Amino acid sequence: MKKQSENAALSHLSDAQIYWKLFWTTLMLSVSTFGGGFVIIGMMKQKFVQQLGWLEDDEMLDMTAIAQSSPGALGVNIAIVVGYRIKKFWGAVVCTLGAVIPPLVIISIISVFYNQFKDNTYIAIALQVMRAGVAAVICDVIIDLAGGVLRTKSLLWIGMMCAAFFATAVFNVSAIVIILVCGAIGLLNVLAEERKEASK
Amino acid sequence: MIYLELFWAFFQIGLFSFGGGYAAVPLIQHQIVETNHWLEMSQFADLITIAEMTPGPIAVNSATFVGQQIAGLPGAVICTLGCILPSFVIVLALSWLYVKYRSLKTIQGVLTGLRPAVVAMIASAGLSLLLLALFNASLFTVRLSDFRIIEALLFVFCLFLLRKTKIGPIPIIFGSGLVGTLIYVLMGK
Repeated sequence: MKKQSENAALSHLSDAQIYWKLFWTTLMLSVSTFGGGFVIIGMMKQKFVQQLGWLEDDEMLDMTAIAQSSPGALGVNIAIVVGYRIKKFWGAVVCTLGAVIPPLVIISIISVFYNQFKDNTYIAIALQVMRAGVAAVICDVIIDLAGGVLRTKSLLWIGMMCAAFFATAVFNVSAIVIILVCGAIGLLNVLAEERKEASK
Repeated sequence: MIYLELFWAFFQIGLFSFGGGYAAVPLIQHQIVETNHWLEMSQFADLITIAEMTPGPIAVNSATFVGQQIAGLPGAVICTLGCILPSFVIVLALSWLYVKYRSLKTIQGVLTGLRPAVVAMIASAGLSLLLLALFNASLFTVRLSDFRIIEALLFVFCLFLLRKTKIGPIPIIFGSGLVGTLIYVLMGK
C-alpha cells in the first residue's frame, strides 16, 4: 500500500528530474537555514511531506532520529537520510551537495570582506528580526507534530513527549540520552504488547 | 602536507561532534586554535560571529572559513569534505538499516517510541528560538522588560500566514527580515 502512494508522487518524474528537485530543494533550504538544524527539519517536512508528498510525517520523524543519532551537523545529516530514502546512494550525494554548497559559497565570500559585513547596522537588524520569522516557521511545524502525538490519545506517548521536552528545555539532557531512553521504552512497549497477544 | 592536515583536523571534528550546533564549538576551537594554531583566539571569535550570522551548520561554516584562510578555495573544499565525510558514512549506514528493517515489528516499536522524543526536541529548540527572537534571551535569562513588540507582532503575523495561507517557509523567513528591517529603519531606531 505504502509503496504505491510513494510511487504516485514520484512516478511521473524522470530520474534526472528527481535528482534535480532533490538538489535544488536542499540547496534552497540550506540557504535559508538561519537558527540551526531543527529549522531545516521543519522546512524539509513542509517541502517533502506537505508540498511534494514524497515522504510521510512519521518517516520524517524517524529520519530526524537517525540524523540525531549520528555525529556531525543535523542539517547535513538530515539531507543525507532524506536523499538516501528517496534515491539511495546518489540521492544522498546530491542532497549533501545541496546542503553544503550554500555555506561554502557564502562563507568564502564573507571571509574576504568580513569587517564590513560584521559592522553593518542593517545586516545586524535584519538578522535580529529574521529570528521572528524563523521562530514562526518552527512553531508552525511543532503545532503539526505535537498535534500528531496528541491524536494518538496514548498516555504513554503524550507523557513521554512532555517528559522529553522538560528534560531538554529545562535540564539540558543530551539528545543521545533521550533517544536511547525513549527507544528502549518503545522497544519494551512493543515486546509487552506481543506477549499480551501471545497469551490470548 | 597542509591539505592532509586540514582534512584530518576537520575529519575529527565531524566524527566527534555529537549533539550538533554549539556542542561542536569547543571541539573546533581545540583543533584549529590550540592544536594546529591556524587561527588566533580573536579570529576564532570572529569566525563564531560569522557562523552565527550566516545560514548553515557551524562546523561546515568554520571548515570553509579556516580552509579559505589557510589554503584558499581548495582548502575550503577539502576542510568541508573532511568535516562531512564521517557523518556521511555513518548516516548512510543507519539509513540503509532503516530502509531495510523498518517494517520489522520490534524496530517499529523503537521508532514509535522515538517519535514523541523527536517532537519534544524540536519543540525545545523552537522554544529557545522564540525566546531569542522575542526577548533576545534564553530560558533562564528571560526578563519581561526585554520584550520586543515589533518582533512579537512579526512572529504572530508570520505564524498566521503559515497556518492560514499556502506561503512557504522560505519567503516567510526572508520576508520577515525585509519587513522587520524596514519597520526599524522607518521608526528611526
